[in-house]
Amino acid sequence: MSNVTLQESSELVPTYKKKSQKAEVWRRFCRNKKAVVGLIMLCVLIFAAIFAQYIAPYDPIEQNLKNRLQKPSVEHIFGTDELGRDILSRVIYGSRISVSVGLIAVGIACLLGGFLGAIAGYYGGSLDNVIMRFMDIAMAIPSILLNIAIVSALGSGLQNMMIAIGISTMPRYCRIMRSSIMSVRDQEFVEASKAAGASDFFIITQHIIPNSMAPMIVQISMSVGTAILSCASLSFIGLGIEPPTPEWGAMLSTGRDFIRNSPHITTFPGAAIMFAIYAMNLIGDGLRDALDPKLKD
Amino acid sequence: MLKYIIRRVLMLIPVMLGVSLVVFTLMYITPGNPAEILLGEEGGSKEAIELLEEEMGLNDPYIVRFGRFIWNLVSKGDLGTCYATRQPVSQRIAQTFPNTLKLAGLSVGLAVVIGVVLGIVSAVKQYSIFDNVAMALAMLGTSMPNFWQGLLLMILFSIHLQWLPASGFSSFKHMILPAVTIGTSSAAVIARMTRSSMLEVIRQDYISTARAKGQSEIVVILRHALKNALIPIITTVGIRFGVMMGGAVLTESIFAIPGIGKMMVDAIKARNYPVVQGGVLVIALAFSVVNLIVDILYAFADPRLKSQYR
Amino acid sequence: MEQKNLLLKIKDLTINYNTYDGIVKAVEGLNLSMSNGQTLGLVGETGAGKTTTVKGIMRLLPDPPAKIVRGEIYFDGENLLKKSKKEMRSIRGKQISMIFQDPMTSLNPVMTVGDQIAETIRLHNDISKKQSFEEACTMLEQVGIKGERAGDYPHQLSGGMKQRVVIAMALACNPKLLIADEPTTALDVTIQAQVLEMMKKLIAQYNTSVIMITHDLGIVAETCDYIAIMYAGEIVEYGTKQHIFLNAKHPYTKGLFACIPDITAEDNKLTPIEGLMPDPTNLPKGCKFYPRCPMAGKECENENPANKEIENGHFVKCHFV
Repeated sequence: MSNVTLQESSELVPTYKKKSQKAEVWRRFCRNKKAVVGLIMLCVLIFAAIFAQYIAPYDPIEQNLKNRLQKPSVEHIFGTDELGRDILSRVIYGSRISVSVGLIAVGIACLLGGFLGAIAGYYGGSLDNVIMRFMDIAMAIPSILLNIAIVSALGSGLQNMMIAIGISTMPRYCRIMRSSIMSVRDQEFVEASKAAGASDFFIITQHIIPNSMAPMIVQISMSVGTAILSCASLSFIGLGIEPPTPEWGAMLSTGRDFIRNSPHITTFPGAAIMFAIYAMNLIGDGLRDALDPKLKD
Repeated sequence: MLKYIIRRVLMLIPVMLGVSLVVFTLMYITPGNPAEILLGEEGGSKEAIELLEEEMGLNDPYIVRFGRFIWNLVSKGDLGTCYATRQPVSQRIAQTFPNTLKLAGLSVGLAVVIGVVLGIVSAVKQYSIFDNVAMALAMLGTSMPNFWQGLLLMILFSIHLQWLPASGFSSFKHMILPAVTIGTSSAAVIARMTRSSMLEVIRQDYISTARAKGQSEIVVILRHALKNALIPIITTVGIRFGVMMGGAVLTESIFAIPGIGKMMVDAIKARNYPVVQGGVLVIALAFSVVNLIVDILYAFADPRLKSQYR
Repeated sequence: MEQKNLLLKIKDLTINYNTYDGIVKAVEGLNLSMSNGQTLGLVGETGAGKTTTVKGIMRLLPDPPAKIVRGEIYFDGENLLKKSKKEMRSIRGKQISMIFQDPMTSLNPVMTVGDQIAETIRLHNDISKKQSFEEACTMLEQVGIKGERAGDYPHQLSGGMKQRVVIAMALACNPKLLIADEPTTALDVTIQAQVLEMMKKLIAQYNTSVIMITHDLGIVAETCDYIAIMYAGEIVEYGTKQHIFLNAKHPYTKGLFACIPDITAEDNKLTPIEGLMPDPTNLPKGCKFYPRCPMAGKECENENPANKEIENGHFVKCHFV
């Protein structure tokens, strides 16, 4: 008996609604020209990251001191840097770091923050209090400074940078997850499931998470851009990726010394950072409008 | 209202304690022996290091050290000793922080004025050319890494046109480029926020009511709509203040401004961690205080909240 | 419809909304007139174009997306659609004022109610701030709220009191025409009665003409002299209260009455009108009511019926009268 009700209740609202909703969201997203442009830009970026070794015309690390500081030309479309390396190739390879930091750091933040937020929102009480006060503390430190503090403690490098960015992005996810869980928690289909004897884990994964997806998705698309920026910022001040690995922020940082005569060294990596963030912002805007038509002007 | 303010100030204490704990813990696990680094290469005999370790209490357990850290911080404002200059960190912060605050203040002012004006005009002329151009620029502004923008501005205005100085902090002229650099992304965010908030408000019935009274459009927008739209904008400005303090860290080092940010970036390169962490703590405190002020302003702007806290 | 006392005359008013999904014909070829001192009930379902029509009179439609395509609106003999923005502003609030549907949202939450009433008074009278505030207090007393509450913010008042404030604001400059857009739908039934009673008293006292938008035939019976029934952007039947209540001719009007429960009837069955309002982007070619009409014939499908006067002052837009 209880088995039957359980099945029924889990099939009640969410799954049925979700399918048609997905198609509707996708349709609305596609109707938004800017969002589609953003998606195409992101695809270009991911393509460059995956196939860097086939697209890049030169080796990104091999030095060629005879060719140093060349202005953009037919051979080197973006010119060469202070060690004679082709900037275009380095920018292409740099997308690997940015894309992976963007995805992994946000993944860490999303899983960790989402998990903590889910627990806080679902159980409430003192557990909620402890978790949320901790998030308040993390939010009281501007994220770039928290990144700096964490990386300076753990030591620089790709992995530590991802951890740092993940941790400093986490509180947002925690808050979003918590508030959407609190709003879903008391709705009838959850009550029904509970009454039918479903476990907390079942309720959280089957009912609550699907229903809190919308704000999470928007936040993810926005914070991938922020993570890419944080990665570049940390490398720019010398805490992130160590040379000679091509990374956009680090390239900017070395380019500073040659800014007077060779501004192209700073211009192109910076443009690449902006390209990536711009793409994510367009997608984020489009997703927000598509997921919540009420918010659209 | 006073009760509310007092309560909010009291709530600041646990948050600051928490921030100190986080910063202290990070300092605690940071590799490197402070005593060894402080003594440097010349005075680095084993006995001297051990003596200094004992003196600094580096051998005490974590919790005792944290207690001492807080006690020193609260009673003497002591944040540790700078490895490079052997000055107290607090003294170095006192020298640099006012410059950062000046810069951040100017940037906030710039961002608010530009952002709110652009946002209002875009909302009122929704879908016009102005709106489209302003919002496209705002989108670019939010996507622009500010250290890159700082470098571009420097290339254009200092190197090519030679209108403005590229580094230093001795006159108002020196502040223009950095303030623009720090303020741009916030201006963009505030413009977008203002626009959507205004659009939301403009649709409300009370705006129709105001128009139905025969009120002129400009008064409807500025008195009726903006006053309501301001409430979410105030929050955004508060959050952006934190971002701008963070932005100052990078921007100051680009324009060689003797602020807390440049001090921190230099300290990072020199692995001078007490300075880094002291800086984080001070900026977090400043950010929390600003957010407190924002919350109080918020309560003043919204009579519904104000009467709640009466 | 006597000409001598004519206050408002609308001729062939057509209003479109240009939306993503196409052009929405909200109001089409609407004709309407009313005399001084009359109370006209504008009745119809949600989406029939009632609010669009009156917002058109006030020239308060958001443009874009709304567009007044053609027509004339004469108020006191002058075409409102030819007025400049500035002239229109001096008419709004002074000559014509409007009460919006939901008192919860039609007051500005960050201004005191006294200030909001005083604002109207100061806009149209050359008096000091202090005087206008005092007058606002007097107005509040008129609608049954103590003057000292003028310093309150809207959230400190109940729904019924808010609607009283809105009414005070609308009547503050003694307008010739008051447009009330479902003034009581958002209120509790008991409060509704009180507010309506008070409105009736003030309307009589100030001798104001009123357009009362509603879908509640009970309110119409209680307050209105003339009734216009609206369907899909057109007025399908117009007449005095007696004409409509005792001798309704249009099938839609009849349908509306059939929806009201009658406690005296033995067999207490409601007869709802079948179907829904037509999609406003894709209206039927002929009579707009044709798809739902129980009496529909061949001509209804392709030919929009003319407005026929079947008795003195009773107009019906149907092929079968």
